Amino acid sequence: MQIALVVAGVMFGIGALAAVYRIVTGPSLLDRVIASDVLVVTIMCVIGAEMAVNHHTDTLPVMLVLGMFGIIGSVSIARFMAKQDST
Amino acid sequence: MSAEWSEAFTATFIVIAAFLCGAAGIGLLRFPDVLSRLHAATKPQILGLGLIVVDVAVSNISLATIAFAIAILFFQGLTAPISAHMVGRAAYRGDHLRRDLLVTDELADAVSRADERSSRRSDRRDDDRLGGGDDGAHETD
Repeated sequence: MQIALVVAGVMFGIGALAAVYRIVTGPSLLDRVIASDVLVVTIMCVIGAEMAVNHHTDTLPVMLVLGMFGIIGSVSIARFMAKQDST
Repeated sequence: MSAEWSEAFTATFIVIAAFLCGAAGIGLLRFPDVLSRLHAATKPQILGLGLIVVDVAVSNISLATIAFAIAILFFQGLTAPISAHMVGRAAYRGDHLRRDLLVTDELADAVSRADERSSRRSDRRDDDRLGGGDDGAHETD
């Protein structure tokens, strides 16, 4: 169990750090949007993993709200960009 | 025995979800343009999150937890394709993709036809109004 958790932590860390790197040095705005989506999903997965390991359900609403937040942000940015570029 | 099985189940699912998240990060770093990065990034949004949510629901089973799990999965499964579609559409329209990497481009015909139609319509409208320059006619997509 401990080994599995360490491996999972390293993989989550790689995903989050790569997403942060892509947010900082993304060539375009859409790359940053995609990377921030990946970062939000990674955070949701870490919160859920902590709940599953420690056998409690206190942060399930946080997961729901994070999912809603990430989706609304990326959709609104993509829509705004499409309108800006089509003129 | 049951506790051991549940623990092994939890560990397996967490490791698979973490692997998906790490793979998405590596794909974000190494893939060349927006559309392929989008392909890499949408994997953990459904599969990894589904594994984690099922894991939470199994590790402490109650009616409220399962209802929350179904709500999270339903919401994410409904909205992740919408966001991916919007980002891909904005990438295509804004030329944020490398066209030399595309195998086939079935959308180019439709886009050029729509542009032609909208420009013809805006020309006709300008003729009707004797050259009243309004930008609203170009706003068809």
